[in-house]
Amino acid sequence: MNKKIKMRVNGKKVEMEVPTSRLLIDFLRYDVGLTGTKEGCSVGVCGACAVLMDGDMVSSCLTLAVMADGHEITTVEGLAKNGELNPVQKSFIQYGGFQCGICTPGQVIAATALLKENPKPNEDEIKDWMMGNLCRCTGYYKIIESIQKAHQFAK
Amino acid sequence: MIPFEYRTPKNLKEVHATLKEFGTDAKLLAGGTALVIMMKQRLVRPSCLVSLRSVRGLNGIEVKDGGLRIGGLATHRDVETSSLVRRRLPLLAETYHHVATIRVRNMATVGGGLAHADPNQDPPPTLIALGATVKATSASGSRVIPLDEFFTDYYETLLKPDEIITEVFVPKLAANSGGAYLKFLPRTADDYATVSAAAVLTLDKNKKTISDVRIALGSVGVTPIRATAAEAVLRGQPVKAEAFAEAGEKAKEAVDPVSDFRGSAAYKKDMAAVFVRRALEKALASIRQQARAKAAPKTTRKTSKKGKRR
Repeated sequence: MNKKIKMRVNGKKVEMEVPTSRLLIDFLRYDVGLTGTKEGCSVGVCGACAVLMDGDMVSSCLTLAVMADGHEITTVEGLAKNGELNPVQKSFIQYGGFQCGICTPGQVIAATALLKENPKPNEDEIKDWMMGNLCRCTGYYKIIESIQKAHQFAK
Repeated sequence: MIPFEYRTPKNLKEVHATLKEFGTDAKLLAGGTALVIMMKQRLVRPSCLVSLRSVRGLNGIEVKDGGLRIGGLATHRDVETSSLVRRRLPLLAETYHHVATIRVRNMATVGGGLAHADPNQDPPPTLIALGATVKATSASGSRVIPLDEFFTDYYETLLKPDEIITEVFVPKLAANSGGAYLKFLPRTADDYATVSAAAVLTLDKNKKTISDVRIALGSVGVTPIRATAAEAVLRGQPVKAEAFAEAGEKAKEAVDPVSDFRGSAAYKKDMAAVFVRRALEKALASIRQQARAKAAPKTTRKTSKKGKRR
C-alpha cells in the first residue's frame, strides 16, 4: 500500500509516493538519494542512522517515512551552508574525530543537536548525550575532543 | 514488513472509528520506537497502523489535584526535560532520563511505552512506586487503572484493543516523602537494566516511623513487580537500617527473573535484594536532605541557574 508524502529534506521540498512500510532511512538513501546517512544495527541502538526531525535527533531506522510526512528532515548532507561546513564538521576534521568513518554522519548529527542545546558541553555532558552513538573503531577520545572544541569554529 | 494501511486521524473520535473499522488487525502507532522493530521482525503484522501523532490534546504535562497529569502522547524527553516535572517530581524526570538514548526518548511516548509493557522498561517501577494511574479511553468512555494492576503478563496489559492511554496521572507525594529509582547497569549506559528498583518512602511527622512505602522492581519477571510483602515489613515500623535489608530479602521472594546475558537468575535475585535496600536508603536520604534544605535559612539556599536540558 502506498501513500503520498511531502516533507522538506535539507531545506528542499520532497514529494513522493512511497510504500507505507518504507523506513525513513531507506527513503532518504534510495528514494531521495542521500546516502550520507548510514544503517548500522537497524534497531535504534548504534546511532549511525541519526537524522534530525524538526531539529530533534531520531533514528531513521525506527521511523517510517510516512511518519516524517509534513516534517523537516536534516541529514548530514544538510549541515553545510553555502558550501561551508558547520563547526562540528570542521572540528571533526581538525581534531581527527573519525577513523573508518561509518559512524561519522551519525556522530556529527548527534553532536550538532547537542551543541544547539548546549554550546559548550563538558566531558560528562558529551558522554551522556553521545552514549547512543557507537564507534566500533573505538575512537571516542577524538570524537569527544572534536565536540569539546567545536565552539572554536562557531561564528 | 508486510503491507499495511496508514491512517492519521486528527482526533480521538476518528481514532475510535478507525479502530472499529479494522478491529484487532489495527495497531496504534505513537513514537514507533518499539512497534517498528516488532513489525520489522514480523512479530506484529497489523493490516492498519493508526497513527496517534496528529491527534491533538494528548501531549501536555500539567498540574492536576496537586499531582501531575501527563498526556499519553508526551514523549519520554518531554517528561525528562519538563521544568514542571523536574521541580515537582525530580525522581520521574530522572527515571525517564534512564531510558535508552535521546533519539529514542525524542520519539517514544509515555502512553506508548506503558502499552508496550516490556518488563525491562525504566518508567513502570517508578510510576508504580509513585502510585500512578493510567486513563484508558475507548468509544464507550474512559476508565482509570492503577498501574500496579495494569500489567498482566509479558507484553500484556489490561488494555482492550479499542482502548487508548490518553493520560497518566501521578498523585502528589505525601509530606515527608522521598523516592529513588536505581538501575543496575553492568554493561552499557543505554542497556536494559539487569535489575531495577524504585522505592517511595513516607515518614510520619516526627520522621521516626515509616508511615507508608511503595516498592516496585523491573527486569525481574514477566511484568514490573510491586513488592507488597517487602512493603509490609516496613509499614508502621521505626526507621532502621536492618529493616531495609529485611525488606530487600522479602523483595527477593517476589521476583522471578530469567537467566540471560545480563546475569543468571540467582544473581538477579540477589541483586533485587541489594537494589531494593539501596533504593530505600536513597529514598530516606532524600527525605533527610529535603528536611535539611527546609531548615536552612533562605539566604543560603542555592537557586539553580542551569539550563533545563542536560
